[in-house]
Amino acid sequence: MTDEPDQKSADDAAPEKSQLAQREGGTQDASLDAVEAHTADTREVIGERRGMFGTQDAGDTSGYGGLRRTVTLPGATPPPYGPSAGSGGPGWMDDVAASLARVTREQGLESSVEKVVVHRGEITFFIRRQDLPAVARLLRDDEALRFEFCAGVSGVHYPGDTGRELHAVYHLLSMTHNRRIRLEVTCPDSDPHIPSVVATYPTNDWHERETFDFFGIVFDGHPGLTRIEMPDDWPGHPQRKDYPLGGIPVEYKGGTVPPPDQRRAYS
Amino acid sequence: MTTTSNDPYAATESQTSQGKVYTVTGQDWDSVVTGVAEDHDDKIVVNMGPQHPSTHGVLRLILELEGETVTEARCGIGYLHTGIEKTMEYRTWVQGVTLCTRMDYLGNLAYEAAYCLGVERLLDIEDQIPEKANVMRVLLLELNRIGSHLVAIATGGMEIGALTVMTIGFRERELVLGLLELITGLRMNNAFIRPGGVSQDMPAGALDEIRDFVALMKKRLPEYADLCNANPIFKARLVDVGHLDLAGCMALGITGPVLRSTGYPWDLRKNQPYCGYEDYDFEVCTWDTADSYGRFRIRLNEMWESLKIIEQCVERLAGLEGAPVMIGDKKIAWPSQLSIGSDGMGNSLDHIRHIMGESMEALIHHFKLVTEGFRVPAGQAYVPIESPRGELGAHVVSDGGTRPYRAHFRDPSFTNLQATSVMSEGGMIADVIVAIASIDPVMGGVDR
Repeated sequence: MTDEPDQKSADDAAPEKSQLAQREGGTQDASLDAVEAHTADTREVIGERRGMFGTQDAGDTSGYGGLRRTVTLPGATPPPYGPSAGSGGPGWMDDVAASLARVTREQGLESSVEKVVVHRGEITFFIRRQDLPAVARLLRDDEALRFEFCAGVSGVHYPGDTGRELHAVYHLLSMTHNRRIRLEVTCPDSDPHIPSVVATYPTNDWHERETFDFFGIVFDGHPGLTRIEMPDDWPGHPQRKDYPLGGIPVEYKGGTVPPPDQRRAYS
Repeated sequence: MTTTSNDPYAATESQTSQGKVYTVTGQDWDSVVTGVAEDHDDKIVVNMGPQHPSTHGVLRLILELEGETVTEARCGIGYLHTGIEKTMEYRTWVQGVTLCTRMDYLGNLAYEAAYCLGVERLLDIEDQIPEKANVMRVLLLELNRIGSHLVAIATGGMEIGALTVMTIGFRERELVLGLLELITGLRMNNAFIRPGGVSQDMPAGALDEIRDFVALMKKRLPEYADLCNANPIFKARLVDVGHLDLAGCMALGITGPVLRSTGYPWDLRKNQPYCGYEDYDFEVCTWDTADSYGRFRIRLNEMWESLKIIEQCVERLAGLEGAPVMIGDKKIAWPSQLSIGSDGMGNSLDHIRHIMGESMEALIHHFKLVTEGFRVPAGQAYVPIESPRGELGAHVVSDGGTRPYRAHFRDPSFTNLQATSVMSEGGMIADVIVAIASIDPVMGGVDR
């Protein structure tokens, strides 16, 4: 059903893009082909899926064990971002991108936006990590942007995305303009540091502690980056993909409960 | 702490580098009182919770006191962390509903809805959800909101000693739970809203029960107003306590009744509608005092608005008899159908006959969906909805597989609880309880 996920989205996007090209008096067919070729090329490879049923240890009786498929995420979207609907008003994504380009240029941060991805009606700005605090401040304070509300940060671990394994994802909301955008910042496993945005969005205090706790991303400049959900002396960061599910002995008031696979069994 | 006693629950005192530490269990008060009086240090750090009847769950408060004035307040959370987000990565997309419904156990249907809307956005089937499924979602969300607000008011009342508010709050919540059980089969942890729709159609007679409930609530809700709104003791405890203005809410990311108590009418049901909320007639409730009393009044008023929405849902459902409640795409829709047989509820015999005797395709779909699940195209989605406590966002990431690559919930209780310090520092210790009750955190959602 979803072996070719982009097929459907490309079909859906086609009429919108051709309408847009027509409105601008461009040659819609040529630009459309360019868009599709571009999207196919820029899909970001994050890994490879082997086999069909997720079994690695048992013998392959299905005949699908040799199957190899690359796992890709939606790639960069070239502007214009189209007549985006939703509560932000028509074409608001282009407005936001243009305003962001303007304010970053004014501050000498032209290259702070690495790429822009539009997928399923949501826009994601990939921000160079050292520029995050400055860009966040601009996004909050500029009148045309005014993203005054941050819905926290969420970490994602892509072990196959070499050199940028850890992603921090920020969801910003402009109540003034009724728009939502997403910022994504990456850092390598070997240098898991991302500057904190608590100075701009104090609400991220606990959210950054949570992401540090679960992913080990160190938010530089956070006023007190300690574990929040796990115990203070917990080893490891549980939400990383290389951290197993379960199998942890539980200690309570000096007594220990062994992990499920080591408990006494009657079988 | 160095305890040498054999009884780990006994009240003890010990000397540490930070000063003298007393473990208070409510029995040996004399030693504590005389000890503190002897030390006559003007600052005391009190560890309140995580097991304490007034902290609204397993919340630990670390309060620095000068006399009865709180000079610093910090929260310790994580006592209810169960790793739900991690576990979701090891189960199929449909099973994720069963897990995320256990986060915030009072507003659980909002979690199911946010998660399913996220999955549906990634599947690109947002426009294909049947109308009846959307109406049923709204109906359940609003019933859930009433239940949640009733508990907020009830436990908030109990924590300040208004026990009658507690008993009548839980009395009405029982009615809500009864209705949820009638519709979904379970009182809590419903796992009823599924990617593609809802799991079952409305049972026979449910609409009449809901109409009776609405009629009864219209008689019962004024009791809360009579009991509390102008009650001098109630007002003395709540008015001007836990103050947080609009600028503070924006900085701290506070949403829900706390934000609306500053007079700012921000409600995602109106501002960024989902599940067809734009088609319902209701008002966004606000108050202008930015204090605990305002938040109480907002919750009370919101229950009235929820009743209005429920009435409209019932009206629509009456005209949607027999309409589908699950998406038509057989590669996504959960195949199994339930029905009532002579020995209780079980697999629908019609469905068994269909897959075993009539259609090989249907059997294959059933097998594949139940064992392996459906694949969701790679990408990420963030869907925010207005839970009873504020903006609840589901950040759902897929790598194109049959299980969520990452599911993160931006929990409103988690975020709102950060306001504890700013709401209670400089106030009296008794007001800390009121301030936290007005935030109404649910620790299941905070710790996940």
